[in-house]
Amino acid sequence: MKVLVAIKRVVDYNVKVRVKPDQSGVDLANVKMAMNPFCEIAVEEAVRLKEKGVVSEIIVVTVGKKEAQEQLRTALALGADRAVLVETDVDAQPLAIAKALKAIADKEGAKLVITGKQAIDGDNNQTGQMLAALMGASQGTFASKVEVAGDSVKVTREIDGGLQTVDLKLPAIVTTDLRLNEPRYASLPNIMKAKKKPLDTVTPADLGVDFAPRTRTLKVEPPAERKAGIKVKTVDELVDKLKNEAKVI
Amino acid sequence: MAILVVAEHDNASVKGATLNTVTAAAKIGGDIHVLVAGAGCGAAAQAAAQIAGVAKVIAVDDAAYANQLPENMSKLIAGLAGGYSHVLAPATANGKNFLPRVAALLDVEQISEIQEVVSADTFKRPIYAGNAIATVQSSDKVKVITVRPTGFDAAAATGGSAAVENAGAAGDTGVAAFVGEELAKSDRPELTAAKIVVSGGRGMQNGDNFKLLYALADKLGAGVGASRAAVDAGFVPNDMQVGQTGKVVAPGLYIAVGISGAIQHLAGMKDSKVIVAINKDEEAPIFQVADYGLVADLFAAVPELTGKV
Repeated sequence: MKVLVAIKRVVDYNVKVRVKPDQSGVDLANVKMAMNPFCEIAVEEAVRLKEKGVVSEIIVVTVGKKEAQEQLRTALALGADRAVLVETDVDAQPLAIAKALKAIADKEGAKLVITGKQAIDGDNNQTGQMLAALMGASQGTFASKVEVAGDSVKVTREIDGGLQTVDLKLPAIVTTDLRLNEPRYASLPNIMKAKKKPLDTVTPADLGVDFAPRTRTLKVEPPAERKAGIKVKTVDELVDKLKNEAKVI
Repeated sequence: MAILVVAEHDNASVKGATLNTVTAAAKIGGDIHVLVAGAGCGAAAQAAAQIAGVAKVIAVDDAAYANQLPENMSKLIAGLAGGYSHVLAPATANGKNFLPRVAALLDVEQISEIQEVVSADTFKRPIYAGNAIATVQSSDKVKVITVRPTGFDAAAATGGSAAVENAGAAGDTGVAAFVGEELAKSDRPELTAAKIVVSGGRGMQNGDNFKLLYALADKLGAGVGASRAAVDAGFVPNDMQVGQTGKVVAPGLYIAVGISGAIQHLAGMKDSKVIVAINKDEEAPIFQVADYGLVADLFAAVPELTGKV
């Protein structure tokens, strides 16, 4: 069975982003970029399925600028077999990305697609669900456990009240939550080997997908600042403040 | 044009997040219709009809919606969406699961987790874990939107008298089946609805020590949350996680115990009215957002606090 893993290049999660003074967006100049953490978990899950013999080939795909090749190479070093870059300078929106992924999933005949539940830049949490809709496929979002058996996959999902388990017929789309696995680090020999693995580049036009944005960002502002309050010295002082100053207890 | 709000409910009652979503719909303006799709959901539909400001409730009672699986829910909602200018759902685990699917079926982009309505087509939403707020404008024919409940006041749960109209089901896609659920059982208030939240972090050291927080919470009538570090370490289950990728809360009082204050945690609680931090590390970033900081050993301070409130 072929599995498609969709990843995204984002600002490294350790970077504290700053809004540009002209409010046009977030300043990405000279900022460290990395694979979206949820996507690392998606790659790891695919590699584990391959190690178990459930999956025969892992195709990793991303939509983005030329530089996103770096993250595809990282995925190849972690164990993906080959990579596809859908190259565009447009800041693609989830529906357009889902359409591009569908075109690739159809072409490859992938039965399972794994992706992160959300990217830590746009925080949209949409692409996997949209892809499932376009493919008329089942979906297991926010997954904390994935078990493939025959032509179905059992997914345990993190929901508001606890955990939910669903049984999905393949083809299915799985989006990863934090506790699905702990991604491995790429070894140096694997990083070297990854340089020789195939990486194809296609354009949105090749896939017949229109990337024109439907949602326009008018401005981006820093959030309202919260000022630090005071330090209290004792529990008694804290209780007094909560009762008599803040009046919250 | 009218606005369709998809209710979050458990068949018996309507969940609080629905009330905040109704308020967001009222800010957009237009007749508000609430969809209650479930199995044996008559009581929830009646409850939805009582919400102030709701013009009509559409009840769809069918086994296909027993567990609100997204495959079936999205088919139903997309079928109903044609008559609406906006389709809204709360940004709960459930809403986030089915609504993007609805958007794709309608061939529109979704706008996720709005926290403010600027106009009928323009909204504010947090990006980069809340480190930036984007104002976005949609040009799609139907605006499909998830609503961050903490961004909007709750509509009154009573006072309305909407008509309840039954509508037909859209069928079971048959591609997904519900297997089971493990839901945390607790007598404490639900995190996202609690007026006071007590949360623990890595400083709690283990799951057993959370009983200190449960004791404090029970004295205050509070819900109990946790940082991602505490959940990842296995101290407590995932449904207690407060943060950008967990639950977003904005109670009147948030007490952070043994939590350092990572950006991702702050994104989930910094809209709380009053924040208290108890941490032995006076350099912890949590103190930069706390109204009242207490630099102390939590194992002494929390029991003392429990005794004095």
